[in-house]
Amino acid sequence: MHRLWAASVFLFLYLPLVVVVVYSFNDSRLNAEWVGFTLGWYRELLRDGDMLKAAGNSLAVAFISSLISTLLGTMAGIAIQRYRLRFLNFLVMAPVAMPEILVGVSLLLFYIQLMDMSLGMLTVVLAHVAFSVGFVAVVVRVSVASLDERLFEAARDLGASPFEVFRRITFPLILPGIIAGFLMAFTLSIDDFVITFFTAGVGFQTLPLRIYSMIKISVTPEVNAVSTLLMMLTLFLTLVAMRLAPDALKGKA
Amino acid sequence: MALLEIRNATRRFGRFAALEDVSLTIESGEFFTLLGPSGCGKTTLLRMIAGFEKPDAGQILLDGRDLAGIPPEKRPVHTVFQSYALFPHMTAFDNIAFPLKMGKRPEREIRERVSRALGDVHLLDKADAYPKDLSGGEQQRVALARGLINRPRLLLLDECLAALDAKLRVEMQIELIDLQKELGITFVFVTHAQDEALALSHRIAILNHGRVEQVGEPSSVYGFPKNRFVADFIGHISQVEACVKESTHTHLRLEAQGLEIIAPPLKSAAAGEKGIFAIRPEQVRIGHDELSELRNHFAGTVVSVLYRGDVSEYKVGLEGGASIEALLPNTGRAFCVNDKVCVGWRHDVGMYLHE
Repeated sequence: MHRLWAASVFLFLYLPLVVVVVYSFNDSRLNAEWVGFTLGWYRELLRDGDMLKAAGNSLAVAFISSLISTLLGTMAGIAIQRYRLRFLNFLVMAPVAMPEILVGVSLLLFYIQLMDMSLGMLTVVLAHVAFSVGFVAVVVRVSVASLDERLFEAARDLGASPFEVFRRITFPLILPGIIAGFLMAFTLSIDDFVITFFTAGVGFQTLPLRIYSMIKISVTPEVNAVSTLLMMLTLFLTLVAMRLAPDALKGKA
Repeated sequence: MALLEIRNATRRFGRFAALEDVSLTIESGEFFTLLGPSGCGKTTLLRMIAGFEKPDAGQILLDGRDLAGIPPEKRPVHTVFQSYALFPHMTAFDNIAFPLKMGKRPEREIRERVSRALGDVHLLDKADAYPKDLSGGEQQRVALARGLINRPRLLLLDECLAALDAKLRVEMQIELIDLQKELGITFVFVTHAQDEALALSHRIAILNHGRVEQVGEPSSVYGFPKNRFVADFIGHISQVEACVKESTHTHLRLEAQGLEIIAPPLKSAAAGEKGIFAIRPEQVRIGHDELSELRNHFAGTVVSVLYRGDVSEYKVGLEGGASIEALLPNTGRAFCVNDKVCVGWRHDVGMYLHE
């Protein structure tokens, strides 16, 4: 009986995804019945200038924001673990638990009313850094925690300055965690909708925003095609991240 | 001039005194051991010498120079950690080369010296192995080679044999002694295993509750413990409550739970005071009437026997309630529980200790 339950849960989770993937190859304008196999929607995708521009924006935002949040999150993760900074931990982690809608609205108000900034790529990048720093910090903190603290002492003892200890011991040993953190931040950024929606303004569009504006009219197979590609990318990045820092992502923190 | 001088070092963690006014001098070329139960402050003292802890009061001088304010990496002192602390992302070769790289030695010199060091610890074929692929003994030897490669003035060893099994431990003990003799580097060894301390050291300092109880050569701390703690901590010893009846320059006459014992003289013992009579099991003989020529001989009953292969440990209950342990090689006669026996020892063995 409980197997049936489990099966139906997984069915509920994955069936819609499968449908999207399958219909992206359907040779029909309607998402109603299976007509035949085609790669036409993918070809159409490549000719869609707006779509390509949105995809380019998404990749740029994801890359820049995850680089910044990896740098900041790594520093935070190391500091929290090494100096037992509980308050910093709270500060970094709170945005992770905050409802996205709240973060989106408050960032919008912050940009417009307090900073008098015009919305665009910069505001989106900053917003993405804000919500992904916490994730990077957790992953890095866990990889630092998994190291024997005697290693740092041994290195000092054998003649390494604190900087050399970081360069030759700490950094190489937590590098998988740092890369995993980067990939997580990248994945989170590339498919973020809510916060991006509030902070992008009118002139700037990312892939999720573009898809949303398309389905306001109708769900065309082109949306299926772009969603499939996005799914593949995030799935791939998540798998790589899980391989690099298995403990952190399996919740052993 | 002494190589290392510790002057009145004190360290407190909150209200707990890890070290209380400890003063020690360690000479160049010595194999010096800090021995004590866990929590006695020996590791704190070691970390102070390495530079990971600061004394709240007192000084540590190396070659006459005060080490205060000198960070660990600038001290000519290396440590072999209990867990070895080998760098997991480096091969055995790179682990050993680490101190030389930090010292900015030229590449060629590093290669030569590390190869020689690998040979010294019989690990030439493991140069490219990572720590996880080495056995406990091999890891231990890499850690040792790494600590010694830069020729420190002082090598600190923190319970570093504790993780090895008994047979390997004896092998490593012999290797340690040889290595120390060969290199002439001063070793400061921390352990809670008294047999290890006795076997390895030139001198031993026994610590308890952050204080030094006694410093001396192995034979003197074993043979002439200054107080009850040292007597009890090092080796086996039987203790009987005793009262001094007579104190002369040739002997002590003690009254111990109904027995009259003649013990070696102790100047500070005054007639009438109470303390402990203590004697090592190997000094006690066990037999029948033939022991009556000994000045101290008493009738008793065998209470327990521990067969250890080469020797047996007997516990004999005496008339009056005292019990005495005796160690006998298993070469001749053996005794069984409940046998009526006689125990005896010479008048110049055993000792009286103040309460």
